[in-house]
Parts: sequence; C-alpha cells; structure tokens
Amino acid sequence: MPLLTRAYVIMEFFVSNQKNVVNVEDVKKIARLSRLRVEDTELQSLADDLSGILGWIEQLNEVDVDKVEPMTSAVAMKSPMRKDIVSDGDKRDQILKNAPKKDDGFFVVPRSVE
Amino acid sequence: MFTAERVADAKDWIKGETGDWEVIIGLEVHAQVSSNSKLFSGSSTEYGSEPNSQVSLVDAGMPGMLPVVNEYCIEQAIKTGLGLNAKINLYSRFDRKNYFYVDLPQGYQISQFEHPIVGEGNIEILPIDSDGNTLDPVSVGIERLHLEQDAGKSVHDLSPDETYVDLNRCGVALMEIVSKPDMRSPEEASAYVDKLRGIVRALGTCDGDMEKGNLRADVNVSVRKPGGELGTRCEIKNVNSMRFIRQAINYEARRHIEILESGGSIDQETRLFDSLKGETRTMRSKEDAHDYRYFPDPDLLPLNIEQSYVDDLKAKLPELPDAIKSRFMDDYKLSEYDARILTADKIKSDFYEIVANGRDAKIAANWTMGDLFGALNKSGLDLNATPVSAKMLGELIDRISDNTISGKIAKSVFERMFNGEGNADEIIEAQGLKQVTDVGAISVIVDEVIANNKDQAQKAVANPKLLGFFVGQVMKATQGKANPQVVNKLLREKLGL
Amino acid sequence: MTDLTKYTLNDALDAMNKGEFTSEELTTAHIKACENATKLNVFITSSFEHALEAAKNSDKRRAKGNIGLIEGAPLGVKDLFCTAGVKTTAGSKILDQFEPTYESSVTSNMNSQGMVMLGKLNLDEFAMGSSNETSAYGPVINPWKKDEKLVPGGSSGGSAAAVAADLCLGATATDTGGSIRQPASFTGTVGIKPTYGRCSRWGTVAFASSLDQAGPIAKTVKDAAILLQSMAGYDEKDSTSLNIPVPNWKTSCDKSIKGQKIGIPKEYMIDGMPRDIQLLWDQGIEWLKDSGAEIIPISLPHTKYALPAYYVVAPAEASSNLARYDGMRYGLRAEGSDLNDTYSRTRTMGFGDEVKRRIMIGTYVLSAGYYDAYYLRAQKVRARIVEDFENAWHKCDTILTPTAPSAPFTLGRKVVDPVEMYLNDIFTVTTNLAGLPGISIPAGLNQDGLPLGLQVIGKALDEDNVFATASALERAANFNLKPKKWWIE
Ligand SMILES: [Mg+2]
Ligand SMILES: [Zn+2]
Repeated sequence: MPLLTRAYVIMEFFVSNQKNVVNVEDVKKIARLSRLRVEDTELQSLADDLSGILGWIEQLNEVDVDKVEPMTSAVAMKSPMRKDIVSDGDKRDQILKNAPKKDDGFFVVPRSVE
Repeated sequence: MFTAERVADAKDWIKGETGDWEVIIGLEVHAQVSSNSKLFSGSSTEYGSEPNSQVSLVDAGMPGMLPVVNEYCIEQAIKTGLGLNAKINLYSRFDRKNYFYVDLPQGYQISQFEHPIVGEGNIEILPIDSDGNTLDPVSVGIERLHLEQDAGKSVHDLSPDETYVDLNRCGVALMEIVSKPDMRSPEEASAYVDKLRGIVRALGTCDGDMEKGNLRADVNVSVRKPGGELGTRCEIKNVNSMRFIRQAINYEARRHIEILESGGSIDQETRLFDSLKGETRTMRSKEDAHDYRYFPDPDLLPLNIEQSYVDDLKAKLPELPDAIKSRFMDDYKLSEYDARILTADKIKSDFYEIVANGRDAKIAANWTMGDLFGALNKSGLDLNATPVSAKMLGELIDRISDNTISGKIAKSVFERMFNGEGNADEIIEAQGLKQVTDVGAISVIVDEVIANNKDQAQKAVANPKLLGFFVGQVMKATQGKANPQVVNKLLREKLGL
Repeated sequence: MTDLTKYTLNDALDAMNKGEFTSEELTTAHIKACENATKLNVFITSSFEHALEAAKNSDKRRAKGNIGLIEGAPLGVKDLFCTAGVKTTAGSKILDQFEPTYESSVTSNMNSQGMVMLGKLNLDEFAMGSSNETSAYGPVINPWKKDEKLVPGGSSGGSAAAVAADLCLGATATDTGGSIRQPASFTGTVGIKPTYGRCSRWGTVAFASSLDQAGPIAKTVKDAAILLQSMAGYDEKDSTSLNIPVPNWKTSCDKSIKGQKIGIPKEYMIDGMPRDIQLLWDQGIEWLKDSGAEIIPISLPHTKYALPAYYVVAPAEASSNLARYDGMRYGLRAEGSDLNDTYSRTRTMGFGDEVKRRIMIGTYVLSAGYYDAYYLRAQKVRARIVEDFENAWHKCDTILTPTAPSAPFTLGRKVVDPVEMYLNDIFTVTTNLAGLPGISIPAGLNQDGLPLGLQVIGKALDEDNVFATASALERAANFNLKPKKWWIE
C-alpha cells in the first residue's frame, strides 16, 4: 500500500517538532474542567497524545500575525437583531420530553448543594 | 491592578485591637433589563409563572439551538450607560463563560468579557448617616456595564436528595454594572445602589425591584490600614436589599480585621450572605471557578453600533434624578434635603410635581414629605399604593389656602382621606368642618370666653402672651372651626392689645 | 422493469413529472435497496413507514400541481440534523434515545420542497472524524470493495455510502473540515460545502460553530445543485445566516467556463503526494484547459498552517458546544455519587474516545494562560488564510485541487495515530476556515480501482462558478463507474 506509507512520511514531517507540552497534571486539570473521567493508567498516554498534537500546533508560532485582527466570524455583516416580542415559550411538555428525570414540571437532577 | 486613592473619613474608620482600619468596597450590580422577552430568545420574562413554562428550546440548551440578540436589550444597556455618564463602545462582543451547573443548560453563560457594550463612567452619590443626615458627596467610578444571560433557579426543598430545576429565568437579560472600588463605608455602598436604582428606574431600563431579585449586588470587600496597602478582597454574592448590603459589609470587614489582627491572612473567595444570621459564609467553592475559558461566541456576530444611534438615544433620554433635583432646588426653591427626598425616585418626583403645580412649593413639600410619606411609612405602604393621590393632596392644600379649613383641621381631614373616607371636600362637608368666618358669631363666643376668664383678661395688656391662651379657648369652643385670623383680630380689639 | 434506484435525482424528478412512475414506486424501490444493504451499516435510524406515507402524500400534491423542488425524492438525512419525532443521535451514545420535538431548518426547508426522508444516516460521533469509525453505531462500510473492508470517509460517511450504493437519490451532510467533500471523494459521489451562512445551522447538532456548514452529497453535480437549492436560504433563527436570495444553481451546471481563470495553488503540491493523486490533478488541469479555461499558478502561502489552526479552533468551539450534553435535561444520564460525579460518569460513558480527545484539546487551548498562545493566534492565522484567498481572487475565478491526499483506506487501519488521521483534511480545511464554497467530484480511480476526487473552490457566494467548473470537469471525466452490489445477499 504505497499510499499509506507516504501518508506516514507526511505525518512524521509534520510532527518532527514534538515536545512534551502537556503533563499528567495538565491532563487531570482539563479532564476535571471538561467533566470527563480519566483513569490513572491512561493519564500518561493521553498526555503524550495531547503533547503530540499541541507540539504540532505550535508551528503556528512561525506565522507573522503582527497587526492582524483575529477572525471572529466567518461572515462579515451586521449582527441581526430580534424585536422584543414574546414569540416563544409555553412548551413545557416539549422542554421536559427527553428529561432523564422530571417531576411536577421541574427537571430533577442530583442535589446541587450540600 | 488598581489603587484606591481616596482614604475614608476618620469617622468611618473601624477600631481594631491594633489600630484603625478602613474598608474598601466595590460593587457588581446585576440589573434585569425591563424587556418583554429574553436576551437571546423569544420567551417571556414575566415573574412568577409555572416552572419551565417560559422556556424556549434555546433557553433549555437543546441540541442545535442558536441565540439571536434582542435589540431592545442593547438599547437599554446603551441608555443605562449614558445615564452613568459612561463611554458607549461602538464595537462590543458576546463571549462564552464556560462552566457546568444545573441552572446553566448550555454549559456556558453568554456574557461580555473583553469588549463590553459600556466602558468607564462616573456617578455622584450622597451618603446618609444613620441619623438621616446627608454627608458630603462622593464620586464613584463605573468600570463597565455588560450584558449577559441570567441562569435558572434551583429548588432544594422539594426532595431531600435531589434538586428541582426551573429554567424560567434562564436567558433573561441582565446588565452587570461594575463599580470601581471607590466606596469606604456601608452607607456609601447603599447610597451607591440607591443611586443606581434611581437612575435605571428613571430611564425605565430596569424596574429596580430588589425583592424580586431584579436588582441584586455582589459586594467586594477588603480592609486596609487607612491609606495603606490594599488587602485581599472577598466577594459576597447576590445581596438583595440595602439593609443586607450594609450588614454584609459590616460583618465582612469585622471578620477580615479579626483574622488579620490575629496574624492570619484572607483567602480570596466567594461568600454568601445569610440574612437570618446576618453573617457571611464560604460558598461551597464552585470547582475550578477560576478557569471559565472565555472566548467569543461563534454563534453571534460582534455588535457594531452607529454613533448616530447613540446620539439619538442620548437626545431622547428622560430627565435623570440629579437633573430633577437641581431643577427642584432652582424652580421650587426647595432645600437640598427636601429636593433629595422628593427626587429619590421617579414616582416621588412626579407625585410632588402634581401636588406643587400652581400651589406654594414649600407647603406642597411639607405635606408630601411630612404627612403623606410619614403616613405611608407608618402603614408600610409604597407610594404607588397611596390612598391619597397627588390630586387629592393638592385639593386639601387648596382648602387651606382658600380658608375653607384651618391647617389644623386639615390634618384631621388628611387622616380621614388616608383612611379612604373620600376627598377633602366630601370629608369637610360630611363632618361639617367648614371654617366659621362669620364675625358676629365668633364675636359672641369671644365675649363669652372673656367673661369666663376675667382675671386673665385683666392681665392681658401687661402680658400679651396670654393672647395664645384666649385663642386656644375660642378654638376649643368652636371645635377648631373658627377662622384664626378673625379670632385673633377680635381678641386683640376686645382685650385692648 | 427498470431499476428505479439507478436514476439520478434530476432524471427521477423529470420522470415523475412526465408520469413515468410515482414517488411511491420510487420510494418503495429505494426502501428495498436499503433493506438489502444492512451490511453497509449506513442507517442509524430508518423511517421507511414514514417515507411511504410521505411518498403517497407527495403523489397527491403532485396530482394537484403542487410540485416542490425535490418533490417525492427519497433522500437520506445525516443523523446530525434534528428531525421532529425521529430519533437524532449525532452518532453518539450520549443522545441514544433523544427524540427532538423540532425540525432543523435545513430539513424543514427540504420537507417543504417535497423530500421523502428514508432515515437518519450514520456519521462519525458528533461529526468528528474522517473515516466514520468513531460512530457509536459501528462504522459504515464503503461500498467500493468487497474483499477488503474500506472506510467511506467521514464524517458524512453514511450519506456518501448511501448515495454511492444507490440507496437514496441524495443525502444531506455537514462539513466542518472536509466532512462532505472527503467522503464524496472516497465513494465516487459529488459533495458540496456551500459558502458559510448559506444553510442555516439552526437545529443541526453543532460541532464547531464558525466552521460547520450543511450541504448535499449527490450522484451528479446537477443533483447537488438541486439539493443545495432546496436546503439553503435565510433563517432569522441563525444569526450567522446570510440574508441573500438562493440562486437557481441547476442552470449554473450548463454554463460554459470558457475564459474562466482556474488557480492552481503551489502549496497544495505537498512533498510525498501519492502519484495517483498528482496524476489525477494534472488530468483535471488538462480537462479544464480543454473546456476553454485558463490555468493560473497561484500561491496560498499560509496553507501549511491551516490544519494546525483548524485543530485549535474546531476543538475549542466543540469543547464548549458539547458542554450541554451533561445528562441533566435530555440524553444519557449515568448516576454518580453526587452532581459532579454524575456529570463525569455521563460524559465519560456517553462520549467516545475521539470526542473526548477533542474536548480535552479544546479545553486546554482555551484554559487560563493558553488562550492567547493557541486560540487567539489560531484566529489570527485564520485571518491570514482568508487574506491568501483574497489575494488569489485577484488572479483567478476558481481553484482546482485534489479533494483528499489518498484513496479510501482500510477499516481499522488508521485509528492508531490521531495526527495521521488529521492529515486527511489538508486539502479541504482551508475553505472551512475561510468560509468558502468547495465541491468534490469523482474524477478517476487509483491503481487499486478505488475512486478519487477533485475539488473546486470558489469565491464566497460564488457557487455559480463552482457548479459550472465542476460540471465541466464532470463532463470531461465522464465518471460513470459504480461499485458492484456485493452487499446484496
Ligand atoms: Mg461578576
Ligand atoms: Zn454577572
């Protein structure tokens, strides 16, 4: 499969400047922020994976972005606006339809205070 | 970051074991925009509806839902900015503040972080001390005003181990008004909130109802040695009355001083005010609260406002409390104190202007502030629920000036009006309170009184102060209905004064 | 009797207009084909009964002279578009039982133009992937080979495979970094991502808001034009929707491209590009020359940085867009010991590895201290990429590139290294970053007999020239090969 071999060559070219950007503590922190569980045994390999990708992303530092305004939207136009009219709501059944747990018109969730 | 240059007056210093301290206060006030629909959806903002009945798919964070901004809310934010003498930013933007919470369906709050719609401004406040005396004006800087979504409501008392969530408030537009740390006493802080409230109410951009949570304050408190280095601040969340604001600051300042004086240090944290105990306590720290990962909301476009639009709003801005106050002092020649009380909010100043229209301004002010506000206060009523309308109070004053009743009788007429017995004329008629001006009739009574008090009458020439005694006797005999001028004139003649 | 599934959309619509067959007959034929193709695993949810009902209703409308743009056409819908009353999963376990009460604007537009929806098509989970292997509902199999299982590309792999296998006359898809064009290239079909803002994003499960754009996968360029016309249009519920009329793109397909200037970007000639791909590109250039177009060498100097910029912007937006899947109001909930534990269990159980990895990258690049270095910088680089195109448009009208750097690869083979997978997006991702329209059309086979695609990129809102150029290529390539129907028992 010559195609695949070549693709690997391309990849190695791109990831040649790999650094250890992300450590195990970082992984723990971002997992907590993202509300994702990462097993202790996975921490290191995830840190390596993320380091690989972020190391590769660091080539963005080569670009001269002096006086460049960051792009905030893919469309250049004035923000559209709504009139202040009540045109929605009153659809409690629809809102609650897919709720894992509901009671008396409320969403029921695990206790959010101690 | 900032320096708090002004040092508090020595009278505001707090005595500690190791000497004096001053408290540094900054406020973040959340004012609900008085809109019909939410900031990014068409559902209603009405208060007190059935749970989850005012929720759109957008508010509930359903997959694929997108926000569209409510133009009325943008307008109100700009008007409020103008009312705060602040810079209106022609370019502003919405950012996402990312965190997980049960009352936040999208997993982020749409707010404004880097580019708020309103920049720096300034307002002047007049603190009042506990005896009701006005203190020197203080200038409070406004850091910024930005628009953001409100969150939903969690109910904890319907189940012992679960939380019930109502998203009705979710997405309601809030203006977060951030002050500079320019306040130095609890009185200044509540005067600031009072002033803000007056401004937004006069502008009509927020109803200012603190009981409904439509205006609530996050209070930042730190202490330092007078003029010294700034201390670590704590933020007390969601304090919703003027009294609680003062209590929370007092408690928190004391707490800081005690910790510092016993060699401890202050943790920068978010605290809650327990209004039952009058204490603040640590809020169970929202995990990772310090990493909100703000970034521009890619579902929304930046706001580009035309200067001409701002100018137009400025030209149409209603008269603000400060302007009304100076007009009252100039046009009605009221004292600063009277003008301040009568312009505390729009309802009061409007009421007064009706009462004063075509009447003696000072008398109108006395009746409005002294009698009416006093009676309202005593019965725990708001001015908008007053049983005596401005028109009724004006007519009562008219009956005094046209001599239909005396000022004294007027007080009892007022009391009956307040109790809902009718307007001034009806009560005067029904109670037969019309003043007696018939000189002949009064003359008969005057003669009787002199005859009954011969000794005193003889002393009167030598001691003219006794006139008062005779006036009193005559009035008593006529149940207060005799015209005082006529009584005076007749007594002076007959007693030879 | 003729096999009705062999029709193109355009021909089927013509034939129904002439009364040659009904939508019910057409739909029945496609349902049969679908039922015989379970090996391809293209559907997450089929809605055949609904489809028959819809077809009958369509025939009634047609009888009354009430004929929409895609009246009576049996089509597939990528399972990222919310469909009222029909389960919508986004290829994820976290939305396993989610049944929207609302219809996405795109499918709603299509319904009002007469769509007959056959069902919801498989995709990479939350549209994150280039091979359809991240779907929680199993991978889609590329119809092009029997002995060796190949990926159909992604994330719109179900849409592409279904069209390639004649299971539907066309399908909706979405494209965040190439998710319409790359699977089209891998399956010998046509796929267009229009200008950002042409199709409303309302009701489509979001991956990366500033990049996501819906478009069709179809059998021919003209079919794609008809389908896009039925999908596009201004929507006041989407603040990024463009308030401009939808042109008649079907007629664009018959336009001559004589005198058109076609740009060939030198930066797309990457080192180690497979020979098959280079040959195909050269061939495409010759075809366009023969059609009277002028070939102009151009430079898009920041191309190299498009992919790293994309891998900052897309995960960042995704990490935030996917925060709403928390088990509180809809979707999967995995009860934990307390609220935070429930959040974590739900999301850990509900999301697959690729999605979790991207959420974590996104969270990292937005977190305190890294925002400027990653996100802000990436958005600035993105502005540079837009500039590159602006400069190019001074010289040319459209740009010709290969669609993907390879032919479809073996299933299971490439999951090993994430970065390698990402490289599959290099030719397509620049148009997402710049918001430009791009189309992939099948242009030939590689040495193993697998389809390869060419891409035409156009100026913003210039789908007209994109369709015209793609049609010229289509006529020249005369690609009329179809996979053998090995999947039928
Ligand atoms: Mg705040
Ligand atoms: Zn706030």
